Amino acid sequence: MTESHISPAAVLDAPTALPPAEHEVLARTWSTPRGLWGFLTTVDAKEIGKRYVATGLVFFILGGLLAAVMRAQLARPESGLISPDRYNQIFSMHGTTMMFLFAVPIMEAMGVYLTPLMVGARTMAFPRLNAFSYWLYLAGGVMLYVGFVLNIAPEAGWTAYPPLSGPQFSAGKRTDFWAQMITFTEFAGLAAACSMAATIFKMRAPGMTLARMPLFVWAMLTTSLMVIVAMPAVMLASSFLISDRLVGSHFYNEAEGGSVMLYQHLFWFFGHPEVYIIFLPGLGMVSEITQTFCRRAVFGYPVMVLALLATGFLAFGLWVHHMFATGLPRLGDSFYTAASMTIALPAGVQIFCWIASVWDGRPRFATPMLFVLGFVIVFVLGGLTGVMLASVPLDLQVHDTYFVVAHFHYVLIGGAVFPLLGAIHYWFPKAIGRMPSETLGRISFWLILVGFNVAFFPMHILGLMGMPRRVYTYPAEMGWGGLNLLSTLGAYVLAAGVAVFLVNLIVSARRGAPAGPNPWGASGLEWATSSPPPAYNFGLTPVVESRHPLWTSPEGLPVMTGLVHAPREVLLTTAGEARPDIRESSPKPSIWPLLTSITTTVLFIGSIFDEWFLVWASLPVLVCIIGWFWPKPSHSKTVGAPEDNVPGALA
Amino acid sequence: MSRVVGDLSQLPAAGYRLHSLWGWATLGFMAIEGTGFALAAAAYVYLMDSARQWPLEGKPPDLLWGSVMTLVLVASLLPNFIVSRAARRRDLAKTKAWAVVLFVFNLAAVLVRAVEFAHLNVRWDADAYGSITWALMLLHATHPVTDFLGTCVLTMILFTHPIDTERLSDVDDDAVYWAFVVAAWIPIYLLVYWAPRWAP
Amino acid sequence: MTRSGRWAAAAACLTLGGCRGLQTMLEPVGDQARHIGSLWNLMLAVCGVMYVLVLGFLGWALLRARRNGWRSADAAPPAATGHTAAEPMLERSLGSWTGLIVAGLILLVTVSFLVDRSLAEVGPDPLRVKVTAHQWWWEIEYPQQGGDKRVTTANELHLPLNRPAVVELHAADVIHSFWVPNLSGKTDLIPGRVNYVSMTPRRVGPLRGQCAEFCGLEHAKMAFDVTVESPQAFEAWRAHQLEVAPDPADAAAQRGKTLFETRACALCHQVAGSEAGATNGPDLTHLMSRAHLAAGARPMSRGDLAAWIADPQSVKPGTTMPRVPLSGPDLTDLVSYLETLK
Repeated sequence: MTESHISPAAVLDAPTALPPAEHEVLARTWSTPRGLWGFLTTVDAKEIGKRYVATGLVFFILGGLLAAVMRAQLARPESGLISPDRYNQIFSMHGTTMMFLFAVPIMEAMGVYLTPLMVGARTMAFPRLNAFSYWLYLAGGVMLYVGFVLNIAPEAGWTAYPPLSGPQFSAGKRTDFWAQMITFTEFAGLAAACSMAATIFKMRAPGMTLARMPLFVWAMLTTSLMVIVAMPAVMLASSFLISDRLVGSHFYNEAEGGSVMLYQHLFWFFGHPEVYIIFLPGLGMVSEITQTFCRRAVFGYPVMVLALLATGFLAFGLWVHHMFATGLPRLGDSFYTAASMTIALPAGVQIFCWIASVWDGRPRFATPMLFVLGFVIVFVLGGLTGVMLASVPLDLQVHDTYFVVAHFHYVLIGGAVFPLLGAIHYWFPKAIGRMPSETLGRISFWLILVGFNVAFFPMHILGLMGMPRRVYTYPAEMGWGGLNLLSTLGAYVLAAGVAVFLVNLIVSARRGAPAGPNPWGASGLEWATSSPPPAYNFGLTPVVESRHPLWTSPEGLPVMTGLVHAPREVLLTTAGEARPDIRESSPKPSIWPLLTSITTTVLFIGSIFDEWFLVWASLPVLVCIIGWFWPKPSHSKTVGAPEDNVPGALA
Repeated sequence: MSRVVGDLSQLPAAGYRLHSLWGWATLGFMAIEGTGFALAAAAYVYLMDSARQWPLEGKPPDLLWGSVMTLVLVASLLPNFIVSRAARRRDLAKTKAWAVVLFVFNLAAVLVRAVEFAHLNVRWDADAYGSITWALMLLHATHPVTDFLGTCVLTMILFTHPIDTERLSDVDDDAVYWAFVVAAWIPIYLLVYWAPRWAP
Repeated sequence: MTRSGRWAAAAACLTLGGCRGLQTMLEPVGDQARHIGSLWNLMLAVCGVMYVLVLGFLGWALLRARRNGWRSADAAPPAATGHTAAEPMLERSLGSWTGLIVAGLILLVTVSFLVDRSLAEVGPDPLRVKVTAHQWWWEIEYPQQGGDKRVTTANELHLPLNRPAVVELHAADVIHSFWVPNLSGKTDLIPGRVNYVSMTPRRVGPLRGQCAEFCGLEHAKMAFDVTVESPQAFEAWRAHQLEVAPDPADAAAQRGKTLFETRACALCHQVAGSEAGATNGPDLTHLMSRAHLAAGARPMSRGDLAAWIADPQSVKPGTTMPRVPLSGPDLTDLVSYLETLK
């Protein structure tokens, strides 16, 4: 969606707006060409962010449909609705879709859209890399679903443990598709994370010191750093698996000195931080929404930042708690119990701070704030069952049962999906320029809250009653049928709620009331430009003097002039104090990200079938990379800036 | 409403290292690759720890070629350092000259790496020791290879295009990255070539 | 297990909800499960209190909102960005809350550690059992002290009351998990490794265990029957298991035995006292003494046995047992023979 429908008046209404003539020039410099070519070559973070979010929601729906089928099967004992093979594919696809194709990408996508706006920048640090990230993600997801349609979807769970997923017990290409999809999505994730971290460190508005950054930006920064440390682990885990399956290596082959436990260590070293990678952006969203709708700064900003950083750091010390049943040395296990319980502390502290903000503020319970309340109710329960699971003896009873299924849905849906839905409702007017329907929002919230709890609370009991997970059916005489049926009914109510939410988005995009720059009366820089923002985000460069720029600048938002209107130019500031440092050129729309992702897709998919693809198919990728990085004219010469004694030069 | 408090038009339009986004891209690469190396090294130690003997069968890789590689890489740090300083001093002639010297070292590294693979004395599909040894070597090998290709293009550009601060900054970022490639090699060299000899 | 006891167990499971309570940590009948049960109660109490406190604080905030809050129709009140009057009090409360969390976590970590240690303790003179998990059945062996005769059975575990048992866990193919929640927590069976789990049963009766690590197509149908009985009954059972199957007297059963030995059955199964001696599938020497067949997929009855043999894939799709084409009379004879394997 381009900004063609916004009237210039709306654009010029905002505090950072330029006079009309200058707006025209700047808009032409930064806009994406119309039509298909523009769609394929855009490097606009807002365009990429929106399509990334939309694609993430599509995968959410697909994952949800898979869950609906699973619940239909499990509603009755010995149901016979779906064969065991198909069911195993379905639950594997459900987990894989939700974890790799929905949760992480959509959180990064929200960051891609929001971060430049929240830090006062014109775009993200590596616009072409963002575009590349999207195409690669799309390719990986499509590849996996083509496999599913052809009945060759992976069927070893989203965790794909060897030997079950190895060459001996998982025939055909199924697990290879799974493992290579990981490569696609991890590359995409790493690319987005690098861009995010560089944006946050170098492109903040003058005066936005680290101590004045919005909490959502802190969350995205921590998340990006976690992605960089965690994703290589799963890449190694899945690459070693593909290697064992395709070229006869023995990483996981116990008979030849390999170790199935090596896989579990590598996978969970990634897998545990992964859930915090999903969860941390949600915490940032909760802070932003709470702040706006309670009319006060979130209580305890320094504590909140420390809690985010502590969570990000501690998350890397917990992974063994997924392996308590494997027979590792007991004393080592106890360390991971202590660490796993410790991470409850920053979360508990943050919960206090949010509730304190509501208690001490002037709250209004619009839809985003309702989702925040839902988050507290649902996530805290999930966090507490997490403390239970941290205990080795208790985990040995409930591990791999429906109790764990309940736990992680409470923390992921409560901790990530509730905040995400609230955030989409909250920032919808900014991105689309129209207000979402409050009525539909409320209806969707209540359906989701009630449906979720009816669907998932009984699963705690089922686990305690002995029902293992990943089972396509269960005997009637176990007495699990009643709770399973109840859970299924709740799941359909939840699905209805999600449907109403999505309908709200679609209907409001066409018929919602037009939104001004700051319809919620919020404090961040993203509300200092029009809704939707012009292609260049900010005409004048905002300057930040506090944590709440729009609340603390009564005599007008401080701004700076001076960035050129053509060619594309962004401001870089220093990493700590955010003092203006240099100006740098920013890329124009380019076909290279798409071409590189196409050639990379051929490389990745081909190498599943023949390892020599790794060599031959690298050559077109190399050509694309050379095209991508081919030098552009000197920015200093173009804008007439002197080139001697630039920052970092030696005398 | 807004009030103008400053003007950015006199800011420089280029910078080296972490003043420019390209420096951060280099840093990002180093972080990702470094983590990958660390985890692969951890996997190597994990498998070695649970093995009865190491290598599981047969001889360790020939010490000669690994040590030659180490010497070539360490020696390359000198031209690397010189070209980095020359680039940041805007000494165009010196930058070009030492870029060519560094290119020769890159090429030597790639060639020696190829010979190393022929002298590992184990196949990747022989056993887990073979697999993890090849994995470490391949992971590292991608770096001299891609850096070599990149340096080819960059050096060519240095000689055929007008040189501006962005190109000099690229040369400097490349040099920082090459130093990382050399530094990452040391622990891998110790694991692949010496751990089998030291392991009880 | 006595014959009537076995039928009672099967009957109990057949009535709706009758197997309720036979595979749950909420009705612990072993030392280990009881310790974990106590830990569960403590956890539930502590976490419950914390949840109530959180909801209470939230509820209080919502109540205050009726007075302090604002509606969309009004203009938004000015936002508070500096320190509000309540902040010193909130800071102190945060300190207390943090202290409470730390105290709670220390308590839970300590108790957890102590319970974990107790799980690792093994009583004197434990019974040793060896379990090997296959896709999708359980091979269970009782090594004899002295002598080389070992009891080999499938999908059923017998344990003497009040005596600690140490189960040695092996896996033949992929990772499985051995779990009898009423007795103890689960432990994985990992190919290439040996794990151990201890259990000390304290009540006589039937129980159920199930594989708890996804192991492929029929993971859902990989259960086993556990029978806790008096030491005398256990020894009687063990002695009986060592007996060779007698030659059948009945002509139909005699024909059935010949079928068993000459058809595909003998390629996988063993019956001591016949010519069938393969060990890739379950040992069938005392098949009829078991409460279920096909790892809990069906109760043991003539009809279920016939259905299973006639088409294993319809009972447990993907099972490694092939469909052996048999005529109606042949099938009847074969089942007659199998019914003699008590």
